[in-house]
Amino acid sequence: MSEQIKIDVKDLTVGYGDYVLLHDATYQVNSGDIFIIMGGSGCGKSSMLRVLTGLLPPKKGQVSVCGVDLTDASDEDMQTIRRKSGILYQSGALFSSMTLAENIALPLQQYTDYSPAMIRDLAKLKLALVGLKGFDDFYPSEISGGMKKRAGLARALALDPDIVYFDEPSAGLDPISSRNLDDLIVELNRSLGTTIVVVTHELASIFAIGNNSIFLDAASKTILARGDPKELLKNPPNEEVYEFLTRGEKK
Amino acid sequence: MSINQQIKNVQIGFKNNRVQIAVCGAFVNVNCEQHLQAVQELLSGGGRAISIVPEKLQRWDSSLLSFVYEVSLLAQSQHVELDISQLPDNLKELINLANAVDRKPTQQGSSRLGFLEKICKKTIGFLKSTGSVLGFLKEVICSIGRFISFRSVMRRIDFYAALEDCGPKALAIVSLISFLVGLILAFVGAVQLQTFGAQIYVASLVTIGMCRIMGAIMVGIIMAGRTGSSYAATIGTMQVNEELDALQTMGLSKTDFLVLPRMLALILAMPILTMLSDVMGMIGGAFVGIMLIGVPYQEYWKYAFEAFTLKNFLVGIFHGFCFGFIISLCGCYSGLTCGRNADSVGLATTKSVVCAIVWMIVMTGIITVICQELGL
Repeated sequence: MSEQIKIDVKDLTVGYGDYVLLHDATYQVNSGDIFIIMGGSGCGKSSMLRVLTGLLPPKKGQVSVCGVDLTDASDEDMQTIRRKSGILYQSGALFSSMTLAENIALPLQQYTDYSPAMIRDLAKLKLALVGLKGFDDFYPSEISGGMKKRAGLARALALDPDIVYFDEPSAGLDPISSRNLDDLIVELNRSLGTTIVVVTHELASIFAIGNNSIFLDAASKTILARGDPKELLKNPPNEEVYEFLTRGEKK
Repeated sequence: MSINQQIKNVQIGFKNNRVQIAVCGAFVNVNCEQHLQAVQELLSGGGRAISIVPEKLQRWDSSLLSFVYEVSLLAQSQHVELDISQLPDNLKELINLANAVDRKPTQQGSSRLGFLEKICKKTIGFLKSTGSVLGFLKEVICSIGRFISFRSVMRRIDFYAALEDCGPKALAIVSLISFLVGLILAFVGAVQLQTFGAQIYVASLVTIGMCRIMGAIMVGIIMAGRTGSSYAATIGTMQVNEELDALQTMGLSKTDFLVLPRMLALILAMPILTMLSDVMGMIGGAFVGIMLIGVPYQEYWKYAFEAFTLKNFLVGIFHGFCFGFIISLCGCYSGLTCGRNADSVGLATTKSVVCAIVWMIVMTGIITVICQELGL
């Protein structure tokens, strides 16, 4: 796999038990992309993310992340992948019994040999990078939803990952917080060169940050379109994509 | 609403193979089941079209909407023409909205299973869950191994928090319940022993009963309801909040991080709580024996200490140790296998308490048999 390709998905089938959610999905995510996985509710966006992050085994097909095939990866390979990936969950998924600094310190303690003082400093820095300077000793229950997402992002960035995954980053946020988070994503991509994969159906975010995308369709259970979302809007390949990107307008 | 009024609301006629339905008056809270049956009968009697017309229709609610919708479904299934053009516009719009299929369900709904199918499903489910429990047990043993060899990622602060929760914070409830159990045990025993004039042996009965088994069982039941369920709820909520996913994707062992501190704390706290329970039960028994039955104070404690043997005490403590392991195992396992909604958290807590109590009783039986064989 070329250095340029961070994620390579071939003939992937995603599902639970006997139920198939998506089949024959093939796409690639290049290094430095802000890649959007979009589609209506129930089309399998979040399940696709679970497959990419190794939480859900694929029913069929091949998924390679940073050159490692997830379908037959050893524990060591999985550790390498985890070291190179950060994930921001919908709710932030911060550990409620820990302060924000402790949350961020956790992956650093697990994967690095830094001294406790260095880890503390790094946690402070990561919080400052996401606009939470001075919130180190706050518990997740003491901050707002938007701040939780930022703290979750700081934790996702703790190990300077090559790829950061975002699961519905705008969900539950007011328009301004949502916009600020979008700006932060673009800034991180630009300044750190991090490859970003975002699962979302928020059109404003899709057009603001995405430079590559796939559109998943619940009815056909396949990928209906690929490419830059702005290009897809200009030249929609089919009715479904046009309807989605124009909030339900008919062609 | 009376039947007469209902009849006034719907009038059904049949003319030229056309079923004519007139909806009239204030169409509110009308039960239309019988009218639907009547329409169906007319259709099977040769009806080729249906028309629904308003006649002095004043106001209407969802019952009219539901009636028209059901008739439209009936017309669709029987392939007959339906005319609702004369109905109010807003009603027609709502019917169109209900008929506009956005998406057909892609998953089959739950269907009734046959007897054999049910048995097979239950058996497969049981085998799967047995495998899963054994897998979890193996994980826990590996985790304990990592802890012993200082390779575990368990945070000490989590252990202290769990210890505080299941130790000092549980003292009051354990003391109260154990005191009352000792009291009840003494009272029930005394009533029987008094008939033989042997009420002095209440002291022996309470001491042996509490120290050997009752103390540990009472602590086990209290801790299963109090702490085991709390473990299940906490870990289950972490599942709902995607915190477990976050742990997994960070490559942190869930057993090291979540199960081990709780399990070690409970295993450590249970024998101590069992000792407390033994003492409080004996005090409860003494309260009844001395204050109510009138056994002399010194006599009571003399018999109590004579009945107190190291063997009984250690058997009780061993029960406490085993129960600590079982309660934490059931609580944590229920939490880790919890679903991703609020219902599942409730279910997980219930499951943890039920499993813990059942397995504690089973373990008591096993220990009793082993003690019998060893002559303890």
